[in-house]
Amino acid sequence: MTSYRIDHGGLIDRTRPLVFTFDGRSYTGFDGDTLASALLANGVRIMGRSFKYHRPRGPWSAWVDDPNAIMNVKLNGREFPNCAATTTYLEDGMAARSVNAFPSAQFDVKGGLDLMHRWLTAGFYYKTFMWPNWHLFEPVIRKMAGLGEISRDVFEDYVSDQVHDCCDTLVIGGGGTGLAAAREAVETGENVILVDDQKTVGGGLFRTGLIEGQAAADWVEAQVAAIESGGGRVMRATTAFGIHDHKLVGLAEHGKFGCPPRLWRLRPGRIILASGALDRPITFANNDRPGVMSLDGACEFLARYGVLVGRNIATLSNNSGAESSARTLEQAGANVVTLDPTAGHACAIGGKRLRGVELNGAFHYADTILCSGGQTPLVHLWRHAGGKLDWNDDLQAFVPGKAPEGMIAVGSANGFFDLQHALDDARAVGADTARPNKKSSYKLTPLWPKPGSKGRQWIDFQHDVTIKDVELAARENYVSVEHLKRYTTLGMASDQGKTSNMSGLAAMAAVLDRPIPEVGTTTFRPPFVPQPLALYAGQRKATLFSPLKRLKLEPEHRAADAALVEYGGWLRPGWFGSGDPTEHIFNEVQLVRETAGIFDASPLGKIEILGPDAEAFVNFAFYNTIATLKPGHVRYGFLLNERGIVMDDGVVARLGDNRFVISCSSGHVDHVRDHLEVWRQDCNDPERIFVHDTTQHWSTVTVTGPRARDILEKIDTRIELAADAFPHMTVREGTFDGAPIRVARVSFTGELSFEVSIRNTYATALWNALLKSGASIGAGPVGSEAMMILRAEKGYIIVGKDTDGLTMPHDLGFTVPRLKKKAAFIGDRSLHMQVGNETDRRALVGLEVDTGSAMLSTGAHIVADGSKPRTLGYVTSSYDSPTLKRPIALGLLEQGAERIGEKITVWHLGKTVTATVCPPCFYDPEGVHLDA
Amino acid sequence: MQIFICPFCGPRDEREFHFEREAGKIRPDTTKLVSDIGWSDYLNEQRNTKGAVREVWSHLPCHELFVMERNSLTMDVIYSTSRRGPVT
Amino acid sequence: MFQRYSAFSLFQQGLRSHRGWTSAWRTPLPKSTYDVIIIGGGGHGLATAYYLARNHGITNVAVIEKNWLGGGNTGRNTTVVRSNYFYPESVDLYELSVKLYEKLSRDINFNVMFSQRGMIVTAHSEPEMEMAARQVNAMRINGTDAELLDEAQFRKKVPIFNFRPDARFPVHGAILQKRGGTARHDAVAWAYARAADSAGVDIIQNCEVEDFIVENGKCVGVNTKLGEIRAGAVGVAAAGHSSDLLQKVDITLPLNSYTLQAFVSEPLKPVIDTVVYCPLTGAYVSQSDKGGLVIGGGLDRVPSYGQRGNLPMQEAVMSGLIEMVPLLSKVKLLRQWGGTVDVSPDSSPILGPTGMEGLYLNCGWGTGGFKAIPAGGYLFASILATGGHHDISKPFDLGRFITGKLIDEAAGAGIAH
Repeated sequence: MTSYRIDHGGLIDRTRPLVFTFDGRSYTGFDGDTLASALLANGVRIMGRSFKYHRPRGPWSAWVDDPNAIMNVKLNGREFPNCAATTTYLEDGMAARSVNAFPSAQFDVKGGLDLMHRWLTAGFYYKTFMWPNWHLFEPVIRKMAGLGEISRDVFEDYVSDQVHDCCDTLVIGGGGTGLAAAREAVETGENVILVDDQKTVGGGLFRTGLIEGQAAADWVEAQVAAIESGGGRVMRATTAFGIHDHKLVGLAEHGKFGCPPRLWRLRPGRIILASGALDRPITFANNDRPGVMSLDGACEFLARYGVLVGRNIATLSNNSGAESSARTLEQAGANVVTLDPTAGHACAIGGKRLRGVELNGAFHYADTILCSGGQTPLVHLWRHAGGKLDWNDDLQAFVPGKAPEGMIAVGSANGFFDLQHALDDARAVGADTARPNKKSSYKLTPLWPKPGSKGRQWIDFQHDVTIKDVELAARENYVSVEHLKRYTTLGMASDQGKTSNMSGLAAMAAVLDRPIPEVGTTTFRPPFVPQPLALYAGQRKATLFSPLKRLKLEPEHRAADAALVEYGGWLRPGWFGSGDPTEHIFNEVQLVRETAGIFDASPLGKIEILGPDAEAFVNFAFYNTIATLKPGHVRYGFLLNERGIVMDDGVVARLGDNRFVISCSSGHVDHVRDHLEVWRQDCNDPERIFVHDTTQHWSTVTVTGPRARDILEKIDTRIELAADAFPHMTVREGTFDGAPIRVARVSFTGELSFEVSIRNTYATALWNALLKSGASIGAGPVGSEAMMILRAEKGYIIVGKDTDGLTMPHDLGFTVPRLKKKAAFIGDRSLHMQVGNETDRRALVGLEVDTGSAMLSTGAHIVADGSKPRTLGYVTSSYDSPTLKRPIALGLLEQGAERIGEKITVWHLGKTVTATVCPPCFYDPEGVHLDA
Repeated sequence: MQIFICPFCGPRDEREFHFEREAGKIRPDTTKLVSDIGWSDYLNEQRNTKGAVREVWSHLPCHELFVMERNSLTMDVIYSTSRRGPVT
Repeated sequence: MFQRYSAFSLFQQGLRSHRGWTSAWRTPLPKSTYDVIIIGGGGHGLATAYYLARNHGITNVAVIEKNWLGGGNTGRNTTVVRSNYFYPESVDLYELSVKLYEKLSRDINFNVMFSQRGMIVTAHSEPEMEMAARQVNAMRINGTDAELLDEAQFRKKVPIFNFRPDARFPVHGAILQKRGGTARHDAVAWAYARAADSAGVDIIQNCEVEDFIVENGKCVGVNTKLGEIRAGAVGVAAAGHSSDLLQKVDITLPLNSYTLQAFVSEPLKPVIDTVVYCPLTGAYVSQSDKGGLVIGGGLDRVPSYGQRGNLPMQEAVMSGLIEMVPLLSKVKLLRQWGGTVDVSPDSSPILGPTGMEGLYLNCGWGTGGFKAIPAGGYLFASILATGGHHDISKPFDLGRFITGKLIDEAAGAGIAH
């Protein structure tokens, strides 16, 4: 195979050859090459197949605007799908394979699809595949569609860093104008960052001759040196991919192949957009053939990689910029014939190999056709930021119009295509001085797709959209530019329309005989070039995705062989002991009922409310009347939201006139705290109330069971524990080992219980002391699962499990405050809306199964018998009760209170069983144990 | 990522803030008679203006509740007012 | 009647370079009077016009769209269609929609590519499995299909999911609705537009409504860029812009507008053939027929009409997705966009009269309007034609905010908010 690499020039390191494969064949390139340049150097032109017709495709351009050379690339055992060969820097050992082609891009078995092209026009699938059913066709079509295959392995370390930064001026684009602007900005003392998406800054300068009397590389080096020595930063291989609200710029800093890019969230004071412009295609017959390329792209391949893309080149150009490009190619050794496509009808001749071009019937021999249809400024980021576009008739292009705040466009991104003019202007912008006013010498003859002309003329190379598709869309009245895009898929390929959009909307304008600006542009959506999902996700994975809350006593629990399970965001002991959990849980329940269990209840809410208005505030926050609660006493109650729905339950302990502690449910603490904070500041005087959440600063150990008092008595708390001195629903403060403790006589099990709260620093000592004390009478630790059963036996609810988002307090049997409480409270008025007064509300009930029947399934529904089943409620909790030696269940049931004793039908996954409604309390309904 | 201004902590990342409600709504005195419609309006109605809005936000790290004026279309933040002083 | 689409007509047209295809819809100038005006040429508005003609014989109808038809949320969503709801009112509504979708392509002769590839919602603990059972039972009792999958069954459906020991949310099982899936969003708008147009409906694009014409307390038409247009009834189907429109007649709605973002990756060969949603990460994913992964998540946290995405939610959604399917971290994001959705207090839609005579509402679909397009159109057409409710739309009347009878799907999962 002949080499297309010339023997000098380019930015590649010819001392470092790199070996790689493409579609199974081995090639050599150089350090600094891209996959595309290395393949072109090796004479490989066909690098892919188009999406629909599987037409052979070679690179159109040399950088981000190429829609054709898409490859799966494997390096060091890791394969990445859909890499653009023009932007993937070559590394030794790379294995690339073409996508959407089998066995190779050169010989693709689906190439024959092109013969069907007359039936596979834009939107053909909307008109067929309806009979008998789309499902019949879809699997085949899905397999045909798509580009790269994705390997099923997980790249463990493919996790992006995220950096937040700011600067005075961000310059986007390291071409001539970007460098010039950045240098001036640095010299005025600004903190400047310049980003460029290539490894070597300089943009398109390398394909021009001398710049201000210097060779391109020298000039670039001088600017970079000046920027860096002045404290500016130059970030290479860094793509500005999006500008978001409040001028936040997303930058993706790319490293070696396979390394995750780093995300920079940069907030600059101002943005100088120097993103350059793209050479656009010319629409003519067979213009999709491999070897038809962008003129600028070809020059870029020459300048950066020393690759001369053809030996006999025909150029088609409508603008004054092309002449010097043609000379450059000639000097590099090519035969160049310059043709004027504005003069008539052009057609590329040849198949996989180009043989020439026909212009107005005259044949010109060529192995390569280079097109320059005029420059299109890259205004994507300008539009992301909300900048407007103006149509420039001289340039036949959209150029930046009204600027977004803090943003300014320079150079060819701004439609300034004369280098010296652009440099002078950029310097003025960089220094924030008046911009010079010069006339452009750039000349261009309008040249747009000609509807009705002969041959297949491509607008979107990847998606196989031709001018006929645009005509069809117009014929069918898909004339809005967004309809055109969506109907034909024009501009939706992986280059996001960088090559195709202008031709596409120009074609539509031509078909409709309307000016291009009237057709308008589609919205420019981030990212500017596709970025890996990892870039956005950052470090949020596994436990960092949502960190668990950890108990102070976790080491103790681990040592005691606890099974740690997540409950409401906390990692807690579910039970103690390994092996079959059922037995452990059963034993722990029995332990509590017969002796006592010691339970780490630390996640239980401990929100203190303090201040002169604390009493009024807690009274307002709770459904129940709290104002009458005396210091040293505890009351159970509900927190409602303003819609009257039970948000949480819990007990309020009054420690003093102006001091309360709210023990809300473990999983609801954050929500309750935020809720109280908002109400404190929103409807109350925040200077007279203080909400202080101590949940994570204090641990709580619950000792529960008939012998709980014996356990607590053995440790010195300075609290008198006798039932008459310390009755149920009271709270006492004491000390343990010199540290203050708070002990509440409240019970979630139905047994005599003491909840002992202490600062975390003393929690381990307290836990060990209680365990030691308990061990002497046969008591031990119990986990959350046992507590779940114990509370259900007693008929105690868990909000969110035994209630739903419609449950009001009177559904749970707490009717008095709704009718009698005089003071205002959150949610009060909602309880009296029509919905609150309805007689068929769902109420909490107990459910019993027939003797010998299996327990009910939680989540089963209670249904009304009849032709059409109707839900009356559902089973919310269901257990085999170790205490009662039979299944028990709680549920919400329509008119539940009136149905006690009734037989009901329970429906679960299509099967029904019967059960009997009973009161929700199965254990000690008289409360003898509680008051012990 | 927008920058909002907490009157207590200064300009901070939008992720630290929570939208509470539109400003200007007053809870009816529920110790007196409140009609169903009056209560429903309080609970449900939103001006939901396209353009300049006044809203109550909380800054989660410090829990400060404040009034923010911003533009719901352009996302410009106009200013924040502490509710500690007189709020208009 | 419109030009028939079929494999045969496509074949014939192929032979003659497709020169014989005719306009899918006309570009008419508005008449001065219609029986019904629908504001909003999205899926709901266009479907309403179609069903007004088909079900009620009302063809003197105009759909007025300020931009291009199907250009709002209809063209910006993640294309999911499902009826996996808890409350019977919701199931009735969305099941009507799924059933209409099932026949839509053939009914109106336009392939909307309704792909019933299944909708899966994951469950990640035993309590969540119990909730999942509650949900599955509700769906089946209310008359739609649902299956409770255990971990092994789920693994078979979505083998690429995160089953690793360090998964933050290990999967215990899932809810599967087999008849759920996706449809081609633009095609739905175009299909209804074409069918409505051929029935005589005028679809007027690029015509912004400036004001309502109100006479004696009754809405009798609208003022537009193209002049005054009068009608017997005016229906608003303007999604995120409903509040803004209704403010012109001093009607305040219980809606907040938020940006909802969506994302699509570069095209890949098939990697997932169902829709998976993980409530704990808030992210969901499916793969389009073209091969792009279509990714969605929750609402942006800031109420807005911005119609563009921002980085915090992108981080949340992408990290959520990668936590669900870690192997996708290497896939590249192609495009990201945002739509303005109108969220009601119970996240259920609002259908019916506004309180002003002659003016009717179809809004509040929040994040889920696309799946409801056929039902929304079907019911709104009935409301506009009869002036009263259809049985299925009745519970979704504005009046529910006064009785308090909200239809809050989150409530079924125990969430009080």
